[in-house]
Amino acid sequence: MNINSTATLERVTDIRQRKILSRIIDKDTMISVEGRDPLDNTMILNMGPQHPATHGVLRVLLRLDGETVEKCVPELGYLHRGYEKLAENITYHEFLPHTDRLDYLSPLANNVGYALAVEHAAGIEIPRRAMWIRTMIAELARISSHLMAMGAMAMDVGAVTMLLWTFREREKLYDIFERMCGARFTTSYTRVGGVANDFPPEIIPMIRAFIEEFPKHLRDFEGLINRNRIFIDRVSGVGYFSAEDAIRYGLTGPCLRGSGVAHDLRRDEPYLFYDELDFDVITYTGGDCLARYMVRGDEMKESLKIVRQLLEKIPDGPVMANDAKHVMPGKTEIYTKMEELISDFMLINYGTMPEPGESYFAIEGSKGELGFYIVADGTGHAYRMKIKSPSFCNLQALTPMCEGAMISDVVAIIGAIDPVMGEADK
Amino acid sequence: MKHLSERLERVKAAVLPRLNEAFGADQLDAFENRGELSLRVPRERLIELMSMLRDDPSLRFNLLKDVCVVDWFRRNDRFEVVYNLWSIPHNLRLRVKCFVEEKNPHVESVVGLWESANWYEREAYDMHGVIFDGHPDLRRMYLPEDFVDPSTGEPLYPLRKEFPMMGVPGSMPMPERN
Repeated sequence: MNINSTATLERVTDIRQRKILSRIIDKDTMISVEGRDPLDNTMILNMGPQHPATHGVLRVLLRLDGETVEKCVPELGYLHRGYEKLAENITYHEFLPHTDRLDYLSPLANNVGYALAVEHAAGIEIPRRAMWIRTMIAELARISSHLMAMGAMAMDVGAVTMLLWTFREREKLYDIFERMCGARFTTSYTRVGGVANDFPPEIIPMIRAFIEEFPKHLRDFEGLINRNRIFIDRVSGVGYFSAEDAIRYGLTGPCLRGSGVAHDLRRDEPYLFYDELDFDVITYTGGDCLARYMVRGDEMKESLKIVRQLLEKIPDGPVMANDAKHVMPGKTEIYTKMEELISDFMLINYGTMPEPGESYFAIEGSKGELGFYIVADGTGHAYRMKIKSPSFCNLQALTPMCEGAMISDVVAIIGAIDPVMGEADK
Repeated sequence: MKHLSERLERVKAAVLPRLNEAFGADQLDAFENRGELSLRVPRERLIELMSMLRDDPSLRFNLLKDVCVVDWFRRNDRFEVVYNLWSIPHNLRLRVKCFVEEKNPHVESVVGLWESANWYEREAYDMHGVIFDGHPDLRRMYLPEDFVDPSTGEPLYPLRKEFPMMGVPGSMPMPERN
């Protein structure tokens, strides 16, 4: 089109403006100018679901007044896979690999929690060696998850080095997991009634080597971050949540302990070996992002203490319970003995069958209380399984934490809550 | 399982005498399974019981950990709403349940007592279609608001037992295939 008059120019400009405006004014990103004062307006910012600082596919709608967040609305469901429906339709054994995909940063702990919940529902006693292995892997999973949380939170507020350092240590743990069960990420290591296989002989020296050198690296992390002026200014006093609020909003895990409430299921409702171990429940009274960060750092030290104590008393014995009704027999027995073959066939086809009734079992996962509420009806699959996921409950606090904060604080707050969308969306 | 029976005795001793005195033993049904105590309460008296559980100094169930719904497909009072409570001062765990009819799936919301119930109840509504009266923002939690059956226009609730495992064709808009 030739533009040769002012009228044409105005018309073209008008069309262009309309196109730009129609891009901006859609339901996701909207600028609403109210009144005549150009400074008196609010802007709606759509953060996520594809945003690097949202740790997955969390979508947050923010209404901004300048740089201040007036309102914050989290939207979940972008990773909703219907695991609770799936659990009602497959056997207890078949659901185990799906628990890896809940909190995919600590799959071993989820495996432990799920296996314990099914055993609790069915009344299976597991051998001491299996309990020992489970306690060990739950603590290693906590360390790896907290490493990720620390690194990601530091990266969100600008300290990229921290992420590289914590990833390096996490890789060492993942090497141990790979030797242990053949997978680095989606482990599926536990079984109903025990664990899939005993520790290979090289695992104990690997764990020893890791816990020998990890405190030094932890000191390095603290030296890099804990007195860093930029980091402290970004997270201190940000996202404050009092103890009363934290309880009212149902937080668990490091978020609750960062507000000064000493609630830890390992101590308050001991399972596995935890009542025989000596460890502290870390609390910080700050209630801000810094406190939650510090809780994670100190919890790793407590986990190291637990691993050290576990390495001192290694029980011997089988790693699977001997219970033909509920527990799968070993491979060699299946191939050589008739009864085991029959029992394996029955368990694969019909699954382990707990008595009708309901039960709830929760462990202290790295993010908080991970619980499974199982309603059994006497068949091989759950009639109803409710997964109580810590990230879902903790994310609820995002709205009150963000409101009144600055827009750059939002990433720090999300990083300190440390949600994993795999379990928040189930 | 010695520690389970110990745990059960502890919660029974703490909860039952106090509640029976305040409510009358005929109003509450107590069940125990695997060392856990559940109370069943009529729907009308839910809020009364819950506020007492939260505020009574000898109970202090101040942390609401979960709200979920169980669909008892064949029963007339079809939906069972389960509240999972924890008392931080006394280290006690308790479940409270109440039944909701299929025709009239309403129950009073507990958001006024525990803020955390907000999302739990939204999730329960999303998955089972139980309506929590007095909830400030009862939207679907995970699924889109227009998740309806394309043939009838009725809303779909995926964790109800009649919802097929493979989903309802056409209920969810999918990207077009090129």
